Amino acid sequence: MTALSITYVVLFYVAMIILFGGLINKIMLYARVPAPLKIPVTPAPLTKAGVVYRIFYEVVFFNSLFRGSKWTWIFGWMFHLSLLLAFFRHLRYVISPDSFIWPLVNNMVVQSFGHYAGFTMVIGLAGLLARRILVDRVRYISSPSDYLMLLLIMGIGVTGLGIAYVSHTDVVQLKAFIMGLFLFDWQNLPSDNVLLVHLTLVLLLAVIFPISKLLHAPGLFFAPTRNQVDNPREQRHISPWGAELEAKDGRNA
Amino acid sequence: MADYEVPETHEFPIIPSIMEGAMAHSSPFVAGKEFQDDMGFPSPEEPGKLIDGWKEKFLEIMQDKLNKYRSLQVFMDGCVKCGACTDKCHYFIGTSDPKNMPVARQDLLRKVYRRYFTFAGKYFPKLVGAVDLTEDVIKEMYSYYHQCSECRRCAVFCPFGIDTAEVTMAARDILAMIGMGQKYSNQIIPKVHKIGNNLGLPEPALLDTLEGLEEEIEDDTGVKVRFPLDEKGADILLVTPSADFFAEPHVDGLMGYGKVFHAAGVSWTLSSKASEAANFGLFIGNYEHMREISLRIRDAAKELGVKRIVFGECGHAWRVAYNHLNTLAGPWDFLDQNYPIPQHILEFTKDCLDRGILNIDKSENDHMTLTFHDSCNIARASRIGEDPGSQFTTPRQVIQAVCNNYYDMAPETTHDQTFCCGGGGGLLTDDLMELRIKGALPRMEALKNAVSDKGVTHMAAICAICKSQFTKVLPYYGMTMDQIVSVHQLVSNAIVLDGQGEEAEESDDAEETA
Repeated sequence: MTALSITYVVLFYVAMIILFGGLINKIMLYARVPAPLKIPVTPAPLTKAGVVYRIFYEVVFFNSLFRGSKWTWIFGWMFHLSLLLAFFRHLRYVISPDSFIWPLVNNMVVQSFGHYAGFTMVIGLAGLLARRILVDRVRYISSPSDYLMLLLIMGIGVTGLGIAYVSHTDVVQLKAFIMGLFLFDWQNLPSDNVLLVHLTLVLLLAVIFPISKLLHAPGLFFAPTRNQVDNPREQRHISPWGAELEAKDGRNA
Repeated sequence: MADYEVPETHEFPIIPSIMEGAMAHSSPFVAGKEFQDDMGFPSPEEPGKLIDGWKEKFLEIMQDKLNKYRSLQVFMDGCVKCGACTDKCHYFIGTSDPKNMPVARQDLLRKVYRRYFTFAGKYFPKLVGAVDLTEDVIKEMYSYYHQCSECRRCAVFCPFGIDTAEVTMAARDILAMIGMGQKYSNQIIPKVHKIGNNLGLPEPALLDTLEGLEEEIEDDTGVKVRFPLDEKGADILLVTPSADFFAEPHVDGLMGYGKVFHAAGVSWTLSSKASEAANFGLFIGNYEHMREISLRIRDAAKELGVKRIVFGECGHAWRVAYNHLNTLAGPWDFLDQNYPIPQHILEFTKDCLDRGILNIDKSENDHMTLTFHDSCNIARASRIGEDPGSQFTTPRQVIQAVCNNYYDMAPETTHDQTFCCGGGGGLLTDDLMELRIKGALPRMEALKNAVSDKGVTHMAAICAICKSQFTKVLPYYGMTMDQIVSVHQLVSNAIVLDGQGEEAEESDDAEETA
């Protein structure tokens, strides 16, 4: 194996440990910290099924953002949807052709949508970046990290397009490398520059994820303003520490 | 009327360009030692300073809050600075100060969170906009966390449901615990603990006021409508904001509740112990004080042996009552489970109207053309009825059942997009007058347009703070203070009580014969 391949194998494992370790840690924290009071933003659903629908609608269509800012919605939604399509296309690198889900991934629809999603992803990101620079209010609230995050993901998109259209790589060898990572049967990585930049940026994104604003992804599911059922009069809501207070003075008896 | 620069109103809302530091001078009075003591909060040795070891204390309490409130923990992490909230706050629209953009307001605390509680902020503070906790940062927090009325309009539009009110509440509580409590709220809350209401009205004063109301209604209608106080064995305990006992137009609303109860033939009572619906514990973000105030209602309900609890017209009070009363002062297993606990006065009145037991003469309100101001806490943090959104329909249905002339204001300023009156969230104090006037801009603009386009003459509200705030700021926008009315004032005008007017007619006859 080449030194380069060994380096990337190590980097890959480190990045995945940080990504999943960090994310699980954060998700467990969000789940552990209680919500002591009912604070759904109303009108809110009266049932759990309603809450699932509300969150689903937010996750899939960015409903509140749509109401709040049309430009941000257009660019933001375009970017996220493209990211999802590109992700589906990339699944072909981690699924064996023998697998029963292979046809779900290796078909015209997924592959061609994923192909062009690269462009819409970069356009969406460029729109978000333009807004961040041009709108005085958004510029005011932006830190260097907010710009760098956009540039990082744009870099991933542009290098991805570069591999697809300009500087092709040996995808068979690439797949062997990636499958090898999962099977602990390490293989050589093609040493094309564009590919290496692409992979490096992806690994960087993975490392940053659990320590940055990218935590909005799990956070979305934990916001009490959106995930609580509007039934405070019908069902008593009490947190463990609220119950402790009560037990101490007995005034709710 | 003191002299303040009043922002211009327009036919269409305008998002201002940012003006850094435009409201940096705005800060409410800090609570002195006596008020901090009453609240159980510490005071600095020298006034105007912070307590010894304030920095460690700040971070310690912040960590405690992060462990206790999922909202705070998730909201500190989850903001992507998308900017959707930046033009949604009435204080930003009215002042142009960028720190009044919800995300920038949250960032005052988030910057500190990042610096001391996150990897990125600890090692790369400049990169992620993390800052050290300094006295200047504390002063800025004190200023701008008292330029938020906790109205939650920003939370409606946030893709992640981040509610600046939650951040403001946490920040205010932390500040109070390092010696920077707000005088206005910290002066009021102990009065509830000691006497039973925000105004510090003792039982004899309440009795006197209620007798006055009985006389007024009898003079007006010839009917004796009772306003009972501390009457054991009554079915309903009415808990209403203490402003209802004396302020205009609040008191007209209270007379309306009394008439509805009278016409419905129910037995009810007020309590001198729980003579306050308002709960400023919400505003200062303090669970214990909010619970303490709520428990007075539990104690009063038990002592009086009532079966039901009904709340009068008040926005944040209804938020606490609707969402938190069960949590803080429940369980309510000793009350009649056939009715909502607690119930809003509008739910009660709407039910009476639906059952046709109120005799209504709508023409009594014909001298007015009404519109309705959705109070923020009711619109975005409660229901008034059974369905989601009933907090919008129920008040409108009641108004339209007692008035002939009604129009809504522009849709982007009503329902869950309603604008705060500008005085909510513990900001209804004279030392924040400039902020209150400027913050009222979006609502005043929408009202003015309804006045010119639809011929609206009066705006009805169901919140004591909204009513007080509008009474004060309407004149600054070229309108008059009596253009704000209580919803139950309209009900009071239109309701015809059994036996009402009989005496008057008799005396008319007598005059004619003579």
